Amino acid sequence: MEDKQYMEYVHANAQKSNHLVTLVWAFIVGGIICCIGQGFGDLFKFALPNWEKSKIAALVSMTMIFLGSFLTGIGVYDKLGAKAGGGSIVPITGFANSVVSPAMEFNKEGIVLGMMAKMFVVAGPIIVAGTVSSVASGIIYYIVGLFQ
Amino acid sequence: MKVGKQTYLLDNKVYIQSAYSLAGPYESKGNFRDYFDCVMEDDEWKCKSHEMAEIEMQRFVIGECLSRVNVSPLDCGAIMGGDLINQIVPTSFSARDFHTPFMGLYNACATFGEALSIASTLVNGDFDKIVCCTSSHYATAERQYRYPLELGTQPTPESQWTVTGSGAVLLSKKAGEYPLVKGYTIGRVLDFGLTDPNNMGGAMAPAAANTIITHFKDTGRSPDYYDLIITGDLGRFGRETLHYLCKKEGYELNNLNDCGSMMYCDKQKAGQGGSGAGCCSLVFASYLYKKLVDKSLKKILFVPTGAMLSKDSALQGESIPGIAHAVIIEREDFY
Repeated sequence: MEDKQYMEYVHANAQKSNHLVTLVWAFIVGGIICCIGQGFGDLFKFALPNWEKSKIAALVSMTMIFLGSFLTGIGVYDKLGAKAGGGSIVPITGFANSVVSPAMEFNKEGIVLGMMAKMFVVAGPIIVAGTVSSVASGIIYYIVGLFQ
Repeated sequence: MKVGKQTYLLDNKVYIQSAYSLAGPYESKGNFRDYFDCVMEDDEWKCKSHEMAEIEMQRFVIGECLSRVNVSPLDCGAIMGGDLINQIVPTSFSARDFHTPFMGLYNACATFGEALSIASTLVNGDFDKIVCCTSSHYATAERQYRYPLELGTQPTPESQWTVTGSGAVLLSKKAGEYPLVKGYTIGRVLDFGLTDPNNMGGAMAPAAANTIITHFKDTGRSPDYYDLIITGDLGRFGRETLHYLCKKEGYELNNLNDCGSMMYCDKQKAGQGGSGAGCCSLVFASYLYKKLVDKSLKKILFVPTGAMLSKDSALQGESIPGIAHAVIIEREDFY
């Protein structure tokens, strides 16, 4: 059998993801995580009426990051992720998970060269892409501002 | 004695005197739960890390395999084996506790087939006894080939679950009511250009088909000669693909099965089934060995399969070559 023929056979016969099921799960779990975040936002607004909106938003982010890290630590978040896929990766809790999970994994190689060095193996690309795109959008914003 | 292109039949009798299997907690809930000699209650097995647990697993399995038949490690000519972890650390580190010469091997998940082939040739020659042992561990393989354990990723439906477990066998010249290694067909590395590291069954199936067909051509045997043709860790899709590839070449494998796809029950949701260097050795040392001893299987063709990839080779866009070695195992009283 030729290589190309075999590739076609594999592509045609290998089991594929059921997109409908995975999309629905991602939508529901992602939505619930966002609703929890919104719930915390409303709660903080109610409890701290004198705080500015931006401070409340930061507080919500911190709470969600804590929750994501905590659920990773007790071994729940990976099970959630196996079911929800993108639904639990995209919210900020997923980012917390991507930092905490390698930190836990590589803790055995020591604090400095293990945990600290490898903490960003998964989240590193997100940080780089985020930094670069924020610089790029800042430059565009500046140039557009010159013509106004 | 060389037969055909790649097949060697052994002139002297090489007995499989003893076998011992150790399964992880997840595997002990699978289809072979009644066949394992020992089961780990958790993944770390009271060790400091998963890697150390894998070292301890191999050390334990080799020790138990020998003590079961009252053979001292000093009586063995060599310990031979491998695993999936970089520099085969678990195997070589486990060997430091025995004062026995050691040979480390690597053929990915086909290492056990390689070990049986080389060891049986040596026992056919001047060696008296050789222990073969391979292992794999879900947590150590996951860390090396994929992501941290606690990362919330979604496995694809083609992916396989690395088996936590280890199996050891003792090949010996000592005659007795034991199964025999009668010969083997050494496989070639075959690459059909598949690049998806999640679909290893598809990458390994052509190598397995090539080895099995070469075996039949070399020996002139038909698939019906064997009670069971059992591959290492092709998974469900890989097994179907192998069946299809052999059928295309005119060989109908009605007695084909796969250690990986038999490993877990359906409700365990382990994708295509088990994989890893420990998958086939665990099944061989537990289920297959017991079936050979009680004579419900008399002639098997045991074909461990391996996908030769590393995390870096996959990232550099390299395709995944596969390999498979076929080992003939028979009961003597039948021969």
